Amino acid sequence: MTTDSTPARLSIYDAAAANRWRTLLLIALFTALIAVLAYFVGEYFAPGGGVAALPFAFAISTGSALVSYFAGDKLILAQSQARELGPSEEPQLRNIVEALALGLGVPSPKIYVIEDSAPNAFATGRDPQHASIAVTRGLLDKLDRTELEGVIAHELSHVGNRDIRVMVLVTVLVGTVALLADWMWRSFFWTQGGRRDRDRGGAGAIIAVIAIALAVLTPIIAGLIQLAVSRQREYLADASGALLTRYPPGLASALRKIAANKEPLEVANKATASLYIANPLKDAPAFFDHLFDTHPPIEERIKRLEAMD
Amino acid sequence: MEIIVVIVIIGALALFFIATYNRLITLRQRVKEAWADIDVQLKRRHDLIPNLVETVKGYATHESTVFQKVTEARAAAVAAGSSASPEQRAQAENMLTSALRSVFAVAENYPQLQAVQEFKDLSENLTATEDKISFARRFYNGNVRDYNTSLQTFPTNVFAGMFGFKAEQYFELADATERAVPQVKF
Repeated sequence: MTTDSTPARLSIYDAAAANRWRTLLLIALFTALIAVLAYFVGEYFAPGGGVAALPFAFAISTGSALVSYFAGDKLILAQSQARELGPSEEPQLRNIVEALALGLGVPSPKIYVIEDSAPNAFATGRDPQHASIAVTRGLLDKLDRTELEGVIAHELSHVGNRDIRVMVLVTVLVGTVALLADWMWRSFFWTQGGRRDRDRGGAGAIIAVIAIALAVLTPIIAGLIQLAVSRQREYLADASGALLTRYPPGLASALRKIAANKEPLEVANKATASLYIANPLKDAPAFFDHLFDTHPPIEERIKRLEAMD
Repeated sequence: MEIIVVIVIIGALALFFIATYNRLITLRQRVKEAWADIDVQLKRRHDLIPNLVETVKGYATHESTVFQKVTEARAAAVAAGSSASPEQRAQAENMLTSALRSVFAVAENYPQLQAVQEFKDLSENLTATEDKISFARRFYNGNVRDYNTSLQTFPTNVFAGMFGFKAEQYFELADATERAVPQVKF
């Protein structure tokens, strides 16, 4: 590493390289997950049908990976009801975004606003040349300039690190897996008690159990992968965002304000929640503890930011 | 046997040279791209200044020396923009910044001017541009540091000169009030 002598600078180039491998790994992981699911469900419906189901499984996972690569950001922005800002709207926000983008060395992303009073923000896109940042009206109203700078720097770090591509892929793939599992679940339901069980011996029963177990477990596993990926990225984006503004208290204070606001963001859902700077659903279940959190605890993030001074 | 050893050593050396050379090219290219970002913002500032001078002139008629100074400083900065090194450009830009300060100081004395929308827009635009210059400068200096560090560390330093790689200059502005770099711990 050439940056050893300058530990204060987290190079976006290093983070981007790491994320390229992460992207490949994720696609492989999801393809495997979908293939296993398809194989056992195929076997369940007809002996030997597992192998026949594999091409479909690969087609579906390749298709959704391609769709998410080229159109995932648009899907996510449309689903969040985000509206692109005109060139003369919100000049302060635009100036902050443009200045910080220069500081990070990425092109200035497109800016979107979500008309919702819950303060939150996210970034998306497949690379810095096709990136978008969305902020809610509540964020613009409730934060002052240094806090807004902190939030935008955090989001731009996701852009510079290529986190956005990983997150878009994961979001769409998790959606695909959930959809597939849902279909299978329905087909189990409609073919329940059919003649299949009579034709088969113990092996058939075992396959049936595995198929049903997979249909239940796969979406959960997919969800856990998504959560693990997103939580880990948040600390890094906080840190590189703070390095960019050189003012960690700005983001810390913004996070405090966002945490203090208890209204959920209407347009966010389970699939897109992990994209936001802080959990927009405000539903962190105390009892599963942190396994199912989309974000690291906000107090911990604030503590780390305060330790940077 | 010995021939194989020699070939392997030569091959390894060649690979090492190629990798180092390409890395230096990449780093130097990043420095150039970062410099282009600064250049755009400096030019934008040069473009804003004549309008500012015209607007302020309309109200502050007796301050011709201030206007002359800023116009001269701008001309010098524009001239430096076409060919000069980062160090010389920074010098010219510093002169321009202090001349601009005095224009704004003059403008303070004319309350009617403060109420003019055009003046408000211009000063906001100039502030935003200066903000962008300072961020672009930080990115540029970071890239220069990466490049220079890798140029000066062993073993790259041994043959970097042979290939014609030279250390790049930092872009330092005089009165930039920089916040200290925060310490990041993981």
